[in-house]
This record gives sequence, C-alpha cells and structure tokens, in this order.
Amino acid sequence: MMTMAAEAKVWRSRLIASAILAVVVFGGLGAGLAVGLFGPAAQPTVQIGGPFTLTDQTGAKLSDTDLRGKPFTVFFGFTHCPEVCPTTLWEMSEALKALGPDADRLRVLFISVDPTRDTPEVLSRYMQSFDPRIVGLTGTEQEVEAAGKAYRAYWEKVPTADGDYTMNHTASIFMMDGTGRFVGTIAYEEQADARLAKLKRLIAGT
Amino acid sequence: MRSSIRDAARVAINTYPFSRLRSFGERIGIVAFTMMLLFAMSQSLWAHEFKAGDIEIVHPWSRATPDGAKVAAGYLTLKNDGSEGDRLVSVSGEIAGKTEVHEMAVDASGVMTMRPVEGGVEIPAGGTVELKPGGFHIMFMGLRQGVKEGEAFKGTLTFEKAGSIDVEFDVQAIGGAAGHDDHGG
Ligand SMILES: [Cu+2]
Repeated sequence: MMTMAAEAKVWRSRLIASAILAVVVFGGLGAGLAVGLFGPAAQPTVQIGGPFTLTDQTGAKLSDTDLRGKPFTVFFGFTHCPEVCPTTLWEMSEALKALGPDADRLRVLFISVDPTRDTPEVLSRYMQSFDPRIVGLTGTEQEVEAAGKAYRAYWEKVPTADGDYTMNHTASIFMMDGTGRFVGTIAYEEQADARLAKLKRLIAGT
Repeated sequence: MRSSIRDAARVAINTYPFSRLRSFGERIGIVAFTMMLLFAMSQSLWAHEFKAGDIEIVHPWSRATPDGAKVAAGYLTLKNDGSEGDRLVSVSGEIAGKTEVHEMAVDASGVMTMRPVEGGVEIPAGGTVELKPGGFHIMFMGLRQGVKEGEAFKGTLTFEKAGSIDVEFDVQAIGGAAGHDDHGG
C-alpha cells in the first residue's frame, strides 16, 4: 500500500509521460501532415515540365535547356483571348515591375496554344503591350503539342457561329526552378500580393 | 531641388485664396471638399446608365486591347424593373465585325472554358444580371481597330421585349477593373 504522496507522484509521472507521448505522437502527425501538405515531398506526384523547343517573338529558337540556371514561369494562352490571357500578361508585367531588380533573376514565358494564328510576327506585336522581358513562344502544331504534354496543360478549340473558333485552355501559371523542376502553380484568381509572394519565394529558391 | 519645391509650396499656400485660410482646419476642409468633388465627378463618369423600356443598363465598359489583338470583352450590369422577364438576345459594337455573348469559367483543375450563351442572357423580372470578368462577357470579335484606354466606343444591345438601344462602352486599362471591384480577374 503506497502512501498518498507516493501515489500522487506516480500519477503525476504517468500524466507527464502521457503528455510527452501526446506531444510526440500528435506533433509528429502534425509535422508529417505539414510536410505532406506544404513540403517538397508533396509536389512531384505527377511530372510537370520537360523538354520543348519553340520559337520566340523575335524568331529565335528557345529550348528548355536554355532555361537552366534561372527559375521561370510558364503560361499557356492565345492572342484571340478576351480576358484571361491579357489579364494574366498584364498581372505578370505588374509583378515584374514590383520585383524591381530581382525580376532579372526570373524568366516569364507565354506559350501560344494557337500557333496557326499566333505567328512570331503576331506575338511580337502583341507582346509590345506588356513587360518586354516576357517571352512569347509559338511553333509548329507538333512543337506546341509537345510543350503542352510536358506541362500537362490542356486546351481545345471551341467553334463559334460562323466557322471561327475560340479556345478553352489551362489558365494556371506553372512555376519552375532553375533545374527545370516543377515548384507549384499560380491560379488565375490569385490576388496580386499572393502572386508576388510566390514569385519572390521562387526567385529565392525557398 | 527639394528646397525649391518647398519654396514653391510656401508661395502657393501664401497666395490668395489660401492666404486667407490661416487655420489648419480651414485648409484641411478645402482639401477634403476638393477631393469629395473629384470623387463625385469620377463616380458620375463611371456610373453611366442607359434605359430600354424596363431594362436599366448600368456602366457598359471594356478594357484596352494589347497591340494587334483581334478580340475584346465588354461588361455591364442589367436591371429589370418590370414584372416580366426579358432576354439580352444580341449585341453589336462599332469596333467589331461580329459580337457574341459568352459565359466564361475557370474550373477546379484551372482550365478556363468559354462558350456562347444559347438563346441570350435571361434577366428575370425585378432581377439583376452582371456581365463581369470571370463570368458572362460580351465578346467583340474581328476587331477593326484596337481598343484604347479612355476612348469609349458605341454598341447596340437588343432585348427580346425591350427592343434595341445604343450604349457607349467606357474603356479601362488592359488589366483595369470596373471601378468598384478591385480584382478584375
Ligand atoms: Cu468570349
């Protein structure tokens, strides 16, 4: 038979032991969850990014291998786009302005999913309305198809009344690091400050 | 340089009528009044309205287009003050070869989809329908010229019951918003 004091001591140590256990178990779970949700382990379940060769608005060739060493962003769109594409290009122009000198540590790419209409000449004119550092890219149907496949981007033509067409397409921006590895996306609805914070993290490599 | 600006400010503030307003409160009052006046003026510029029968058309607006662009989007708010539903069946714009009304959405996987609205946009009795970024838009296609910021253009809206009406679309900057909602997404 233990004394009251000894019994209390045992209870206290049991309590402390279970508290420690709780911290270890739940803390571990929490940390695991955090890594799962936000850590790098969660990202590459699907491979996003890969080889491509396209033509920029000056007529020069650009391949994925030319992009090594600097993080970059990729957005798929087309110039016959009423809202999402001009808005995104304008928002990225604003972001580059806000980044100041750090903007030079980032490449911003716009890949046309409508190469029949978006020739390098058309792109060259269109891109004049945005930050001159944004690279507009186009190519043959096959070249653009290959780039889209690499990024798992989706698009389709939608016929309009008189034989013309418009397009549905992936509207997210893909963020890639200096080794060409996928880091994350920026959604179309994202606010300017959230977009800027993501780009700053991409540049800092954190 | 800076001192010359300060000198200029001092001269300005000592010039009639400011010179009469010695107290800080009076000066603040003048500034506040001027700002209110400017604000009120800009509101009336933005909030232009048109009326076709029971349909009120509030603030038709568009965005400047990038260089060489062949399409532009138009937005507006439709209010039905009547006791019967109506439909916006067609739109035309002086800038475009062809104009349609489209519905746009971005789905969960980040894909933007856009499709023509079949049979026009319904405006229920007593109801309001907004054509705004991220939802319905008027799609001006085959642009004859670029749309420039600050250069309004004319258009015609046709309703099933209320008939046709000429309106004017205000033009904001490329990424510009309607004036009251901050994200033009
Ligand atoms: Cu459209």
